[in-house]
Amino acid sequence: MSKDKKSIFSPGTAFKNLAKKPETVRYPAETKDAAKRYRGFHINDLEECIGCGTCQDICVNDAINMVELLDKPKEEGEKNQKPQIDYGRCCWCGLCVDACTTGSLEMSRDYSYQDIDPDSFIIQPDEENDINEVKAPLGYLRDDNSDLLDLERVDIEMLNPEERIDSFVEIVEGFSKKQAEKEASRCVECDICTDTCPANMNIPEYIRGIFDEDLEESLQQIYEDNPLPEVCGRVCTHKCEGVCSLTHRGEAVSIRWLKRYAVDNVDSADYKKILGTEKIEQNNKKIAIVGAGPAGLSAAHYLSVMGYQITVYEDKEKAGGMMRYGIPEYRLPYDALDKDINYIKSLGVEFIFNTRVGEDITLDELHEKYEAVFAATGLHNGRSTKVPGTEHNNVYQAIDLLADLARGEEVPTTENIVVIGGGNVAMDIARSMARIQKQRYGEVNITVTSLEDEDIMPADEEEIEEAREEGVEFEPGRGPKEIEVNEDGSISHVCTNCCVSVFDEEMNFNPTFDDNDIQNLECDMVIEAIGQGGDNSYIDDVVDIEYEGPRIKIDEYSQTSVDWLFVGGDIAQGPDVINAIATGHDAAIGIDKYLNNEK
Amino acid sequence: MEKNTQTEIFFGPNHPGVPGNYGIIYDFEGDTVTEAKPNAGHLHRGFEKLMEERIWIKNTALVPRICVEEPDINEMVYAMGYEAIGDLEVPKRADYIRSIILELARIQGHIFSIGGNAAGIGQYTVMQWGTLARDYILDLFEEITGGRIYHIYIRPGGVRQDIEDETFDHILEVMDDLEKNRLPDLDKALYENPNAQKRWKGKAVITEEEAVEMGATGPVLRANGKAHDLRKMMPYAAYDEVDFEVPTGENGDAWDRLKIMRKEMTQSIKIIRQLIANIPDGPVKLDLGNALKYKIPKGDAYVKIESKRGEYGYYMVSDGGLKPYRVHVRGASTPLGLYGVTEYLPGTRIADVPVWAKSLGICPPEFDR
Repeated sequence: MSKDKKSIFSPGTAFKNLAKKPETVRYPAETKDAAKRYRGFHINDLEECIGCGTCQDICVNDAINMVELLDKPKEEGEKNQKPQIDYGRCCWCGLCVDACTTGSLEMSRDYSYQDIDPDSFIIQPDEENDINEVKAPLGYLRDDNSDLLDLERVDIEMLNPEERIDSFVEIVEGFSKKQAEKEASRCVECDICTDTCPANMNIPEYIRGIFDEDLEESLQQIYEDNPLPEVCGRVCTHKCEGVCSLTHRGEAVSIRWLKRYAVDNVDSADYKKILGTEKIEQNNKKIAIVGAGPAGLSAAHYLSVMGYQITVYEDKEKAGGMMRYGIPEYRLPYDALDKDINYIKSLGVEFIFNTRVGEDITLDELHEKYEAVFAATGLHNGRSTKVPGTEHNNVYQAIDLLADLARGEEVPTTENIVVIGGGNVAMDIARSMARIQKQRYGEVNITVTSLEDEDIMPADEEEIEEAREEGVEFEPGRGPKEIEVNEDGSISHVCTNCCVSVFDEEMNFNPTFDDNDIQNLECDMVIEAIGQGGDNSYIDDVVDIEYEGPRIKIDEYSQTSVDWLFVGGDIAQGPDVINAIATGHDAAIGIDKYLNNEK
Repeated sequence: MEKNTQTEIFFGPNHPGVPGNYGIIYDFEGDTVTEAKPNAGHLHRGFEKLMEERIWIKNTALVPRICVEEPDINEMVYAMGYEAIGDLEVPKRADYIRSIILELARIQGHIFSIGGNAAGIGQYTVMQWGTLARDYILDLFEEITGGRIYHIYIRPGGVRQDIEDETFDHILEVMDDLEKNRLPDLDKALYENPNAQKRWKGKAVITEEEAVEMGATGPVLRANGKAHDLRKMMPYAAYDEVDFEVPTGENGDAWDRLKIMRKEMTQSIKIIRQLIANIPDGPVKLDLGNALKYKIPKGDAYVKIESKRGEYGYYMVSDGGLKPYRVHVRGASTPLGLYGVTEYLPGTRIADVPVWAKSLGICPPEFDR
């Protein structure tokens, strides 16, 4: 452009376009294809969508509403709801696609829709009017750059195998404040974990407390449903993490470690003030609890908060049950356990130790003295494989050895041990014995053999991994046939055959073996860890109670067929601490309802 | 009987001579304006207040709507504000991509605006051309961001997605086409048109002193020979790594402003070519974690960039929470649209009112926010 050039023919420039092909699209004869990344109408794969509602949360215009699907059965790890999209509100920003936890939500290149009915712009997530009806090719898709979720968890500090193998010092060191807040920030607060947690803990709420640097709020949220958070913050089976909506594209939020962080960082001296239990109005009703394990402690806590006078009968010398006598200290230090128990004690719960109901006092006597009884005595008798040789002196039950370890007693050890079993108890004893072997002999020589192959072993994956790091060897998929003994009376080896299948077609436990595949596992000591049984004779001898399979039948409030008797924990419903806590809490509510004639 | 010489006219809020839903109420004597009162408020959507109610990431979809003509500047200053308070440094590649986006936005804004100015003096053919030329740039935006007008592409920490090499080629093709065909046509049909020159020369003069007093920047100030451009003075994104000139005028009139807009497009094309030629590899965003929980420390920042109409800034305050405590928008044309109209429009003839309003680049959503 020259400076201020003028020409009276200037407007004539337009005439050259007369002979040109028009550049605009001749609609409707011609349409314009949208670009590859075009943000058009949504497509949602309803099979993949878990109804987490993150799209609704991030929607700028409230265009997305989660609607409940009443006609569909609810599945674990999902919410029975799907997004409904109102295109009268949608601004096609695509943040919902970037924040979708499963990746089910995408956008198409379809941009044209006409209708005179405004309601037709609200697209329901049903078969007939599905947003999958969009036929146009895919448009905007989330990529690594546009992803709005934080899919990688913060690594937790742990002792390395060399540091931990010769001591019972706790392995997991816990989160720092910064780490915990970063990890807490990953939560999308979908609540799917709450539905899956046996105790239905307010998980997003207590994680939010950590994120907001308000640990008092976290503690309050935790104690709503779980009075043993120091324990569960360490050894919970964390089903919640298995269903965390982030697992669909990344790693679950470390819910368990976050719970531990919250309670580890609140002084127990402040608990009563924070939880509002400084003064509890008493109702002078007395309840007996049999067993000071997780279910008993949980019931004791919630009942005493309601104002009941609680007496707990325990046959061992300390409270905690399996948490103390079954779980090794490197996973659950005793001071952490005691922090939880001492708070429950501080509420006025009376403990009577070394008293076995059925021997020192009968259930009938309890019934007379108390208005209701909650029994949760657990499964403390180790089961044997009963293969030839198990009667040998050097064949032990894992559960007995673990209890001795907890009492600080010396446990027998040899240089070469075989552990039979594939569950967490097998891991606990193998790893405990590994530590003792390391201390005594300077090296670890332990083999764990289980019927299950490694992919279906009931033990937690991380337990297996950590055991392996500590030097424990695995021979999975094998069944013990016989424990063979040398001429001098010592154990020679465990003869095993290949386990072809563990379950039959109906998924019942019915292992089959191949006797052509024999392997001898050399050892001089055998520990059986194939499960435990309980002893309910103290109940069975006194009342006629209904069973459901091997376990006592209970209703939703842990009440048995005998109205004054409530049971919980492993004798009613396994298999872990958090289930026991849940049954204890249910029983507390049930007992309260029963004594107030509401049930 | 006394002759009535005073007339009151409502100019807008819907009128081809005003940019957007904004009006001016005039008193005329004969065909000369004696008093002008801005009549804003028709567009008010409460953006600033809304932002306080939404988490940080959600506002990225809201802010571009503050200026339809040049939405990307809002995305940019919002992201810059977040980064300034959070003390974050975005990756180099993201800086380059941001500059490319901002220059594309400047070109499409200018060409659309020149078309609008042309329409204001009855040159509708040029307006259509401007709209068409802009559409080719919107195609590029669609390819890069998935949206034509509201891109929601520049985010705190970087940009939403990387640009593929193929797209860079498309950008260069459109730049070549602009330079070889569309801009020369514009020059011939509009800038060489004696009629257009007559309508713009010496009209709507805002002197340097007046501009400075009002706080008017951009082409209004530069039309007085002042090379005031934040891209040079306080370089942001990748502007300190490119070579370009700041076009200026002499007379402070509509004609000089129109010429500056035209020259700036040439500079923008030059900038885009340099950026594409030198763009470094690497990440295009910082990892800021879960967007539902974006949080920056307590603090405040005033961030500003050079929009096509001048200094465009946000004053942002964070109380350390999940939402901004306060965001205040400093629109480039706010002083002109509100104070300038009252102060300097009187004395203008009625036919020149669109020249005044459009050449000064008044963008109503900027002050109606």
